[in-house]
Amino acid sequence: MDLSQVLEIASSTDPGMVRSHNEDAVASDAACGIAVLADGMGGYNAGEVASGMATTVITTELARMLGTVRPYDIDPQTDRPMAERMLREQIMNANASIYQASQSQPQYAGMGTTLVTCLFYDNRVMVAHLGDSRLYRLRGEEFEQLTRDHSLLQEQIDSGLLTAEQAKTAQHKNLVTRALGIDLGIEPEIREYSCKAGDIYLLCSDGLCDMVSDEDIGMALQALGANLNLAAQQLVQMANDNGGRDNVSVILVRVLREYPAARGVMAKFLAWLK
Amino acid sequence: MAKLILSMDGLVLKEIPLVKERTTIGRKPHNDIQIDNLAVSGEHAVIVTIMNDSFLEDLGSTNGTMVNGNTVKKHFLQGNDIIELGKYKLKYIAEAGQPVGASAADFEKTMVLRPSTMKSAAEQARAMTSLPSADGTQPRSKAEIAEAARAASAQQVASTATSAGTASKPEPAAAPAPPQAPKPAQPLGAIQILSGGNAGKELELTKPLTTLGKPGMQVAVLTRRPQGYFITHVEGAQHPTVNGQSIGSAPHSLKDHDVIEIAGVKMEFFVKS
Repeated sequence: MDLSQVLEIASSTDPGMVRSHNEDAVASDAACGIAVLADGMGGYNAGEVASGMATTVITTELARMLGTVRPYDIDPQTDRPMAERMLREQIMNANASIYQASQSQPQYAGMGTTLVTCLFYDNRVMVAHLGDSRLYRLRGEEFEQLTRDHSLLQEQIDSGLLTAEQAKTAQHKNLVTRALGIDLGIEPEIREYSCKAGDIYLLCSDGLCDMVSDEDIGMALQALGANLNLAAQQLVQMANDNGGRDNVSVILVRVLREYPAARGVMAKFLAWLK
Repeated sequence: MAKLILSMDGLVLKEIPLVKERTTIGRKPHNDIQIDNLAVSGEHAVIVTIMNDSFLEDLGSTNGTMVNGNTVKKHFLQGNDIIELGKYKLKYIAEAGQPVGASAADFEKTMVLRPSTMKSAAEQARAMTSLPSADGTQPRSKAEIAEAARAASAQQVASTATSAGTASKPEPAAAPAPPQAPKPAQPLGAIQILSGGNAGKELELTKPLTTLGKPGMQVAVLTRRPQGYFITHVEGAQHPTVNGQSIGSAPHSLKDHDVIEIAGVKMEFFVKS
């Protein structure tokens, strides 16, 4: 099913005000309903290599798989939609490629990347993430964070050691507990959400949410939602105006209308008529 | 390195660097900071230091622990906090410079804690929280969680640093600064409506962005930035004009007394105070 008439996608990525190069990578494919954002880490250009590999492998391989697999079919092994398995498999693929590169080439030793990936299908979105790159959703007036960081800070908040307020001033924001390419065994967190027409999804790297408060991000999306490209640029600009200490990347996805999957013969015929 | 300055009645008695992950405070001699005063309990409080963050925890003392005038059970210490135990005061001084070999960039760079060891620490922590606290010493187990987490993180940072080789090398360009630098004071702008039904009304531009116009027809946004105010076209076939000139789709810097026209309404931008 071609979603290019259903999803509007805008993205922006910037090295920020301090860093000399950009280790973030973004990729999207509106027709297939894919958005991928990665924040790489590792010396020299290894961070870019890791995040670039993750976004490229996942986008192209998912798009290829969508040609043969229907994401809304139920996987008999897990009783979950195939979309979940597709995401997990492609994340594992990307992980293996990054890990192998880091093992075989000394200049890439220790590289890795965080990841947040969305696959839109059948009025739903399947979200997979690792590390501290986030997904937010604006629905009507309500702006909320859908993913929970895999970071030391989040674990401290969960265990009651820190409150969310205190966490804003903590110094070890940068320690993630899960990442792609560090180990062969990884556990992406995968969740499914239902979509409504008008929803705006924001995928972002920590360079945005560390510099700009959730409140300001929500306000910018509400004010500029009508012009997604401008909103994406505005978010990056706000992070840079606040200091831009890290690379800043955003992908915005707006759901223009409902997109139920065409299941039966009749539904397919109707979909073809549209 | 963070430190504490012990004083009584304004007289500085001692300076204690927070080198250990657990620094205990109490009357008994085995404490790291011994305060021999009857108002201080034998084991009064503990400061748990996790990387650059320090947490103060009262260990169920008789007379309690105050921070900046408030009684606390557990507190995340911020620079210049004053801890009070009876007549004694401990001032917490946060780390001024970064330790040798680690710059601010090190703490900004995303690094990974390997999941395997992290999980064991998390499980350990969970096991501790689930332990029934027979004697009601809940805080103690929390402190141990902190300890476990700290041990795991220290180990992990060390191992990533070594295994990654040069991976986490700081970039020289990064200058130490607080992550959320306070915004410099900037002049406040406002607009006054000149035409239409709301003529004469004034709107202060305090928010980072303010939208103007009619949704679906023509909308522009005024953004407040460190460099000043900017106007940008958001939606609609017509673009806003400034002093009679269309601004196109790029952001346009606003100067004092510029006249803006959006969706047929004229307004004047001016700088207050």
